[in-house]
Amino acid sequence: MQAADLYARRRTVNGIYLALSMAATATGLAILFLILWTLLRNGIPALGSDLFTETTPPPGSRGGIANAIYGSIVMTAVATLVGTPVGVLTATYLAEFGAGSRIAPVIRFVNDILLSAPSIIIGLFVYELMVLRMGHFSAWAGSVALAIIVVPVVVRTSEDMLRLVPASLREAATALGTPQWKVIVMVIYRAAIQGMLTGVMLAVARIGGETAPLLFTALNNQFWSTNMNGPMANLPFVIFQFAMSPYADWQVLAWGGAMLITIAILLLNILARLLANWSNRSP
Amino acid sequence: MASILTVPSRRLDRQRLQDAAFRGTTQLFALGVLVLLGGIVMALAVGAVPAFRRFGWAFLTSDAWNPVTEQFGGLPAIYGTLVTSLIAMLIGIPLAFGIAVFLTELCPPALRRPIGTLIELLAAIPSIIYGIWGLFVLAPVLQLTVQPMLIDILGDLPVIGALFSGPPLGLGVLTAGIILGFMVLPFIAAVVRDVFSTVPAMLRESAYGIGATTAEVVRHIVLPYTRAGVIGGIMLGLGRALGETMAVTFVIGNAHRIKASLLAPGTTISATLANEFTEAVGTLYTSSLIALGFILFVITFIVLAAAKLMLLRLEQEAAK
Repeated sequence: MQAADLYARRRTVNGIYLALSMAATATGLAILFLILWTLLRNGIPALGSDLFTETTPPPGSRGGIANAIYGSIVMTAVATLVGTPVGVLTATYLAEFGAGSRIAPVIRFVNDILLSAPSIIIGLFVYELMVLRMGHFSAWAGSVALAIIVVPVVVRTSEDMLRLVPASLREAATALGTPQWKVIVMVIYRAAIQGMLTGVMLAVARIGGETAPLLFTALNNQFWSTNMNGPMANLPFVIFQFAMSPYADWQVLAWGGAMLITIAILLLNILARLLANWSNRSP
Repeated sequence: MASILTVPSRRLDRQRLQDAAFRGTTQLFALGVLVLLGGIVMALAVGAVPAFRRFGWAFLTSDAWNPVTEQFGGLPAIYGTLVTSLIAMLIGIPLAFGIAVFLTELCPPALRRPIGTLIELLAAIPSIIYGIWGLFVLAPVLQLTVQPMLIDILGDLPVIGALFSGPPLGLGVLTAGIILGFMVLPFIAAVVRDVFSTVPAMLRESAYGIGATTAEVVRHIVLPYTRAGVIGGIMLGLGRALGETMAVTFVIGNAHRIKASLLAPGTTISATLANEFTEAVGTLYTSSLIALGFILFVITFIVLAAAKLMLLRLEQEAAK
């Protein structure tokens, strides 16, 4: 009788435990769908040709966020173009030459910390480094701040991918008398390219929505500007400014921008994952 | 004969040079990561010097924040950073833990990938989106339903009551903590799920084999085995929560005050920086803000380094 009681109690405890863990998962999924639903409900009314063709308006008049979309794309592109080679070369050192060296684990450790370091600190750093010296905010400074965020992401994913390349490929190429740099550039990179591309896409998705590092670097610009040496509008900053404002038409534009940016980032993430799955399956 | 021997050897020399150059280039960039960290620490430290010189240790303990009289103290921002992160952990850890248990022990294998991916997508949503959602959706809901309830039920209790006193504003420390909890949840869940799956199947199956329930397997087998990794994952989430900027800036209310009540507006280091840095005039004001940034960097560095070391230890144990 006692054994049966114990058994029943253990089953009850287990049932509660499992129900709670299911509830937690349901909560996580609910948050995701609630956010997406809110974005779509508030963002779709903002859609229209104005959104993509007009620049940010003063309060009370019609306009769009074309200058902010342009700024975000340009700064993200420059940051990715600068950050990716730096990240790939660092990852190459860690994966190919780092074995046995004492500095490689330290670099890996520091890189992992930079990966999670607060992005607003990066903004402060670039402010001190560039904005203060140049005397004004600029899109270059914004791009540099974003590039600093790209590097650790690319280092991490590229190193993992380079390590996945089978040693037999390296050995076969080396046995043919190929110099090491050619082995790496022409054999190893080619074998790992899909995985590395995934990493770059994740990095783009990461910086696409970053706001904090741009606050003190690129700032914002009410007008259409292609001058990299001056302040430039960008989506996150415009969303921040417009959402916090009391003007209804600014808030609508903020929701429109928020929806665009989230859809773009989630699509990039999903594409990156598909690419990763596909490259894992193909060899 | 001589020409046959010398040509390849000259070519070999050239190749050796190229190899050395390539290796050197990659090493240079790799060292750049260390230079970057050093540069960040240096730049913040140098920028913070005027504030630390003027206020000394009192900067850490003073709650004055007056740009007009140029009196600055970091305590309210440091306090807000720690309290919001604590609330975030109280919300994020149980949720993340439940999700990890669900994904590793309960979920049908066919659903494991899709649900795992959806949870990971939560981490991809930018901070600013959480902020705008928190401001327009979560804060009104909290103000109208949750907060009045908390005040009614807990407000009259002796000690806890002080935490839930005052009017339900919607915006404030509690709201910021809840949003942060939602934001760190996917990071913790991902790490915990990964370390849970390092438990050897044999241990798990042995426990099930002698009749343990899932709850017992998790408590007595999985958790003890992965303790270091779980703590590492939690610290990683904590590091995120401490430095989160935009989401907090939207919902915390930005007040340089320390109130006992969690419903009152407050501020964090990152929110202070986001709100005030571009508008700060005068060396002392700017320097005080940079000093706050320096403090934030030191705190997050310690937390993240500890997290990393714990995860590394687990990795080494798993490799044995």
